[in-house]
Amino acid sequence: MQRFEIVVVGAGPAGIAAAVSAAESGAQVCVLDAGAAPGGQIWRGGAERHSRTAARWATRLRQGQQISVQQNTQVVAPLAAGELLVERPDGPQSIGYDRLILATGARELLLPFPGWTLPGVTGVGGLQALIKGGVPIKGRRVVVAGSGPLLLAVAAGLRRSGAEVRLIAEQSDWARLLAFGAQLPLDPARLLQALRLRATLGRTAYRAGCWVEQAHGAEQLEAVTLRHGAQRWREPCEQLACGFGLVPNSELAATLGCAINAGAVVVDYAQQTSVSGILAAGEVAGIAGVEAALAEGAIAGYIAAGRPAQAQPLLARRAAARRFARRLEHTFALRAELRQLASAQTIVCRCEDVHYAALAEHPSWRSAKIHTRCGMGPCQGRICGAATSVLFGWTPESIRPPVAPVALATLITTSSAHSINLEEHV
Amino acid sequence: MRTHYDALIIGAGIVGAACASELAQAGLHVAVVEQEIVGGGTTAAGMGHIVVMDGSLPELVLTSYSQQLWAELLAERPADHEHLACGTLWVAADAEELAEAQAKQARYSAHGIASRLVAAAELYALEPLLRPGLAGGLLVPSDSVIYPPRSAALLIERARNHGAQVISAAVCALRPSGVLLADGQTLTAEAVILAGGIRSQALAPELPLRAKQGHLAITERYPHIIRQQLVELGYIKSAHASSGDSVAFNVQPRPTGQLLIGSSRQFDRSERSVDQAMLAQMLRRAVEYMPALAQLTVIRAWTGLRPATPDGLPLIGPAWQRPGVWLATGHEGLGITTALGTAKLLAAQLLGHSAPIPAAPYLPARFDKETAHG
Repeated sequence: MQRFEIVVVGAGPAGIAAAVSAAESGAQVCVLDAGAAPGGQIWRGGAERHSRTAARWATRLRQGQQISVQQNTQVVAPLAAGELLVERPDGPQSIGYDRLILATGARELLLPFPGWTLPGVTGVGGLQALIKGGVPIKGRRVVVAGSGPLLLAVAAGLRRSGAEVRLIAEQSDWARLLAFGAQLPLDPARLLQALRLRATLGRTAYRAGCWVEQAHGAEQLEAVTLRHGAQRWREPCEQLACGFGLVPNSELAATLGCAINAGAVVVDYAQQTSVSGILAAGEVAGIAGVEAALAEGAIAGYIAAGRPAQAQPLLARRAAARRFARRLEHTFALRAELRQLASAQTIVCRCEDVHYAALAEHPSWRSAKIHTRCGMGPCQGRICGAATSVLFGWTPESIRPPVAPVALATLITTSSAHSINLEEHV
Repeated sequence: MRTHYDALIIGAGIVGAACASELAQAGLHVAVVEQEIVGGGTTAAGMGHIVVMDGSLPELVLTSYSQQLWAELLAERPADHEHLACGTLWVAADAEELAEAQAKQARYSAHGIASRLVAAAELYALEPLLRPGLAGGLLVPSDSVIYPPRSAALLIERARNHGAQVISAAVCALRPSGVLLADGQTLTAEAVILAGGIRSQALAPELPLRAKQGHLAITERYPHIIRQQLVELGYIKSAHASSGDSVAFNVQPRPTGQLLIGSSRQFDRSERSVDQAMLAQMLRRAVEYMPALAQLTVIRAWTGLRPATPDGLPLIGPAWQRPGVWLATGHEGLGITTALGTAKLLAAQLLGHSAPIPAAPYLPARFDKETAHG
């Protein structure tokens, strides 16, 4: 077993900031990250390429004298207290910690509507990942739909990759967007960012109060039905990228016994969870964006390293980032119509092929799961669990280990300290 | 809403559901009170193995009788129960266990249960993934597999079709001729049937029940890599140990193509959390028998609490010193198999009919200390 003073799970902005801050305070730090390079979802494919801020943090992580970064490493389950079972390319390993910082980020919220399982329909992040993975997008007609500023960024990226972005369909209406926009000039950096995006997007149509009702196609996406007020039309396209928001990856926190509220890990002012010695930072502790993640990560790193005074100056930045996140949340709150899109035959759980109608007769997530197998497949409810929270208001039950599907051989690994000798008892 | 019933059943697990179906079909006004969901407790945590077990004569009698009842029930709509007629292959590791397989075969045969001794060569023809060097086994073709929460729901549906009511509420106390619900309401009944698994003890603390926690793990889909439910013959030793922790090789093919991997037993673990060390021990045992399992992907592990009695037999019949209260609990790891037999036995006693099998070995009064010492 390897042992570290501080173990950080996740190398997105929060995890990087946590590791750097803790190590610069003198702690021995280990970062466990499932990706191939630091950056997480938001700085995917290497932080250096994304922004100067990202590059600066990545450099500090790389140059950290006391930081061991373990990429392609998936945390599987807690072993004994202060110990995690991880799966690495070279096999299973147990990693011990004195303090743990969870920076496990968030995943996309996918909502079911008729046709959403057709090839060609993805999440916005999913499409970005496909393009990075080499799927050709040049000349293909794309509709970007859903909600939030991410749609603009994604559409700009798609245009740069040569895609023909037919429309950005923002479900929120102009009244909310204008109220939000009126506050933007107060923040010159964000205004500049918005203007740059607008320039890249050129004449790409942007409709507010507009959403996808249905995806059409025999084998592959051919068109979508769009809705805008009373207007409804069919838009031919080969790709539909949907972004309805993010869901915290709180599964590991839950298996560690951390309190969860509305899907996010509950933290105090010092980023500490309900479990002593375990902290959480970034999207896993509530969706609030990169700047909040960086501030929260740094605070968590300093607190875990026993340097609360260092964390002090970051509190104002965190508060500002969270205020902005609350405004975003209000501006882009999902409209009720999106909960009504699925028909009786729309598949909600893709792993187990469970239809909307089969779920609708159940009173709770647990009842639906037990009797329909919704959420029992390989994704373990990561996709359909979040969807049913929106559709039915259900609270998915606490997750069971392993945190992610894993080779049985890995689960056989236990810490030496915790092993038991059963042969005597049998 | 009606507040008086002929029979009020506490718990809509497989045992409560079977009792509700049986009593409603007999024409009684039945209510089932469930605090969570139908089939969501130990019923949902188990393997759903319909298996004849011969740890003792009463166990053999109850499991084999129940298996016949399952065969009748499953004949109606097997797919709805996710029935898989896979049989059980008891695996003998060495000559000693092979001798045990022969003894088992003789006991089954004496009770009219077909089974067949399998030599080593045939063992590997049946299940090529078993490790080399095993001695043979015993194949019991009549054993099978269901999905217990589905079966519980179907039994509840049948009870409802015969007029039973399902009440979503928590029972907080037994009252003379009825129960007190958590919301303060009282329901009365001629007979109150406690079928709450290990939770029955919260309402009747004198019940001689202990929780035996079990772990299970399930894989992704690997259709047809095993055909039978595979259980090591050492399982019986481990299953009937009255103390200590144990694991046994016990792997089941699901109709989905997934593999369900068991089994473990731990006393007095009240929480439902997975014990990673015990899970590892259980999976290691599985890999000892079937090395290829190590390469499979596990997607979920969970636990359940078996309600165990000191003699390993369930409590079926009137509760001692509690007039009007009947018990249908304490089935340990065999509640799915024996639910239907339990319901028949309980109904016969309740209605004053002759019992289909001798009721005495399962009567709760065997644990009445006053009778025993008086």
